[in-house]
Amino acid sequence: MTVSNLKQSRPDTAKPKINWSRVEEADNFAKTVKLYRQGKYDEDSFRRFRLQHGAYGTRMTGDYAMVRIKIPAGEIYPNQLEKISQLSEQFSIGSAHFSTRENIQLHWVVLEDVSEIFRGLTEVGLTSREACGNTIRNVMCSPLSGVCPDEEFDSTPYALATARFFLRNPMVQNLPRKFKFNFTCCEKHGMVRMVDVGLIPQIREVDGTTQRGFKIFLGGGLGNKSFVGYQLEEFTPEEDLVYTSMAVLRIFDRLGDRKNMARNRMRYLVNDMGWEKFQNLVLKERAIVRATQSVITQLEVIHTPNEIKRPIRITDESGTSITDGYARWLKTNTVKQKQANYRSIFITLEAGDITASQLNALADLIRDFSSEGKARFGFVQNVALRYVHEDDLPRLYSNLLESGLAKSGALTMTAPIGCSGTTSCNLALTNSHRLAKEIQRKLLELKFDEDDDLSDSSIKISGCPNSCGQHGIATIGFFGGGGRVGKDMYANYQMSLGGRSDGDTMLGLTCLRVPAKRVIPVILKIIEIFKQNKKSDDTLQSWIHRVVNNNEDTEIKSINDIKKVLEPLTIPPTKEEDPDFYLDYGDDTSYHTKTGKGECAA
Amino acid sequence: MRCLTDSGKITTDIDSLRSEIRDKSVRVIDVRREDDYKQDHIPTAVNLPLANLLSDDSPESVLKLMNSMGIDNETSVVVYDDTFGALASRVAWTFEYLGHSDVTLLETTYSNWKSLELESDSKIPEIQPKEHTLNLQPNILATADYLQSAKERNDVILIDNRERLNFLEQHIPGAISLPYRTLATKDKILRPKDDMKRLLENRGITENSEIITYCGSVGTLSGLAYYALKSAGLSNTKLYVRSFKEWKNLQKPTEKQEDASYWDLSAE
Ligand code: HEM
Ligand code: SF4
Repeated sequence: MTVSNLKQSRPDTAKPKINWSRVEEADNFAKTVKLYRQGKYDEDSFRRFRLQHGAYGTRMTGDYAMVRIKIPAGEIYPNQLEKISQLSEQFSIGSAHFSTRENIQLHWVVLEDVSEIFRGLTEVGLTSREACGNTIRNVMCSPLSGVCPDEEFDSTPYALATARFFLRNPMVQNLPRKFKFNFTCCEKHGMVRMVDVGLIPQIREVDGTTQRGFKIFLGGGLGNKSFVGYQLEEFTPEEDLVYTSMAVLRIFDRLGDRKNMARNRMRYLVNDMGWEKFQNLVLKERAIVRATQSVITQLEVIHTPNEIKRPIRITDESGTSITDGYARWLKTNTVKQKQANYRSIFITLEAGDITASQLNALADLIRDFSSEGKARFGFVQNVALRYVHEDDLPRLYSNLLESGLAKSGALTMTAPIGCSGTTSCNLALTNSHRLAKEIQRKLLELKFDEDDDLSDSSIKISGCPNSCGQHGIATIGFFGGGGRVGKDMYANYQMSLGGRSDGDTMLGLTCLRVPAKRVIPVILKIIEIFKQNKKSDDTLQSWIHRVVNNNEDTEIKSINDIKKVLEPLTIPPTKEEDPDFYLDYGDDTSYHTKTGKGECAA
Repeated sequence: MRCLTDSGKITTDIDSLRSEIRDKSVRVIDVRREDDYKQDHIPTAVNLPLANLLSDDSPESVLKLMNSMGIDNETSVVVYDDTFGALASRVAWTFEYLGHSDVTLLETTYSNWKSLELESDSKIPEIQPKEHTLNLQPNILATADYLQSAKERNDVILIDNRERLNFLEQHIPGAISLPYRTLATKDKILRPKDDMKRLLENRGITENSEIITYCGSVGTLSGLAYYALKSAGLSNTKLYVRSFKEWKNLQKPTEKQEDASYWDLSAE
């Protein structure tokens, strides 16, 4: 009898529906890296090739890459998490990173090992193809799509179908610039106005029959210069989804700026042309696309419903004692679903970082607790387990505690976003990543996650003006730069206030520069003056919204008034008084700015 | 005398070991702590905690250990541990260094053996001491001095088997990083041969080179790498057994990845 290979891991309740991978791409990548190393492939074409396959360069070195694994619509399955756990230990730093766009990133990967990661991903049907480069990036979907009490229908199948239609599609292999789709559930939970194409599902009643469709927003986006998107038309029926997407992409492909890298996202085209002209072009182009398709092109939307099956308990029910943290966690990390007796629970990670063993733990938690057998990535470097039966919540909480995944405040301001910053990004000026972690630790220590006034606000940090950390849509946003006293430099952040990405989308307004080591005191001070001046039903977000729009009548009337209060906190001490001030977080050598060649536009 | 590199056998699979145990044709060595061993172990296994070997790993004293475990020049030895094969590798390498070539690693760990519900017991076998001759194999050992001069040669590849973050933080100049986790699969201590070969070839690690492996302190992780390389047919491999700990104590030069705060990306 042969006993080897008999060992089985626990059976999965749900399996991925779509295989996104192609094993020949791994071989091809390995071959191309060899040719490149032998000098038979020039630097620029290699870079384009590498980015098309989802591998970024790394800070100050050509030897390492970052691999960005796409999770279309944010749906991830237990076996996929386990594979990524293994790959992170084999080829990366033993941790993986959950991004703001439903990607998982493995950093500090030896360039020659990238193909091995691709190969591993094919075993679980995942790809990093077109995760970077001038093409359609990961298609996002709200983590609450399908369970949100306010949604009209579940847009997940449409997000998946859109991702499938465009992946490896010749039409989008060489766009002027990257291009992003976000599907959402409702107005409140999406990010539809801050993206090239944003979609909210809608149902319309025509002559007594209901029709599915979308509210589509075009031309928004964050970056060195950010814009808010415009709504294309009242209602776009579902049959027109693919034609509208194709029309927009054809216009962008034809008219987008291919020379000026700093201004070639579609939002600049929309802005330069003016919305009405752009809108007309899209509608006309759509008519052409519709008329010229030789066969009717439609998205392959898979409508088979997910099986919802509460996992069977094998373990003993008794013995779970409810700990102190439970109520706090229940309040700040879970939401009720539209399906009775079920909740979605959010896991917040420090700046999106998760260890290999936590990835494995997460896979088991999905199997043991999620009745849909998979998890969903969120927009803020987090992940959600959905369809958790309310009776199972205390036990889930104690399991999360064991794996270090029970940090509270997931749905509050105490879970900031930090881009990668100087931990790996070539363009970074500051360690935004570590700063986000420091802020989270401090705010949780102060139990600010339990403060209802703070729950709908957000803190987001980028390590340079490029906005990967989405600082522009944060209630309190920061982007990094360098400050100087004489010849001594220190890490410094530009702070903006009042940004938001909901129905009242606006970009935060610049307030003042805050040295890295003063960011936490400044945040605390803002909260303090808010508490002094708030009206009884104010949240920090609603108060700041009034202040930045000059609609406030207390002593703090404008952003300038806030600035005046904060300014004293931001005055640099001398190096003798406070040497620590001149060190960025996570660095014990004196601060200096240093950047390499950026690849954002490549 | 059978030579390991000739037969090419690096690991022994579970089924072969079970039949060899039944035939009483093998000496099994358990490299876990004494307490764990006493609880249960693979039938007939003798215990050699790595610490016992390391407390004095001079050839004479290791030879005495081998004799006391009933190993002579002809004994077929299989080693296992519960540390993904790294401790077992260090023991196997030491035996090989002393001139014992018929030593292989169990293809899996003891935990995995147990989870397959294979036989185990807590009996401590009676051992007849034997006489092994000493026939040192210096060609598989790298000392600090040797490494220092070999490093300068073009045909030498130095491999660091510690985790990536430790490598970025500090390493021997010129080393390349191949974390020990890369060597294994989910349930085997070593990747399949072809898999390993492809991975090494991508990294430019080929049989045209002499290879030296090292890790953090006592040559365990790099011992596993030594066997991984051999399993892929790269037999011109040496283990820098005193590894980075000695290198640093000797205050030899080190190198690091500059200008990046990679530690802050770790969720540990
Ligand atoms: C001028 C150069 C760059 C610009 C303008 C830029 C812009 C952006 C923007 C606007 C986002 C926000 C995504 C969204 O929510 O829509 C983003 C995300 C991101 N960027 Fe960049 N970026 C640049 C370069 C880089 C570089 C060099 C890196 C590091 C290798 C990087 C890493 C990231 C990461 C990790 C995200 C998170 C979201 C994701 O998964 O795609 N970016 N970038
Ligand atoms: S915002 Fe700047 S520092 Fe942060 S990831 Fe983007 S380019 Fe890098």
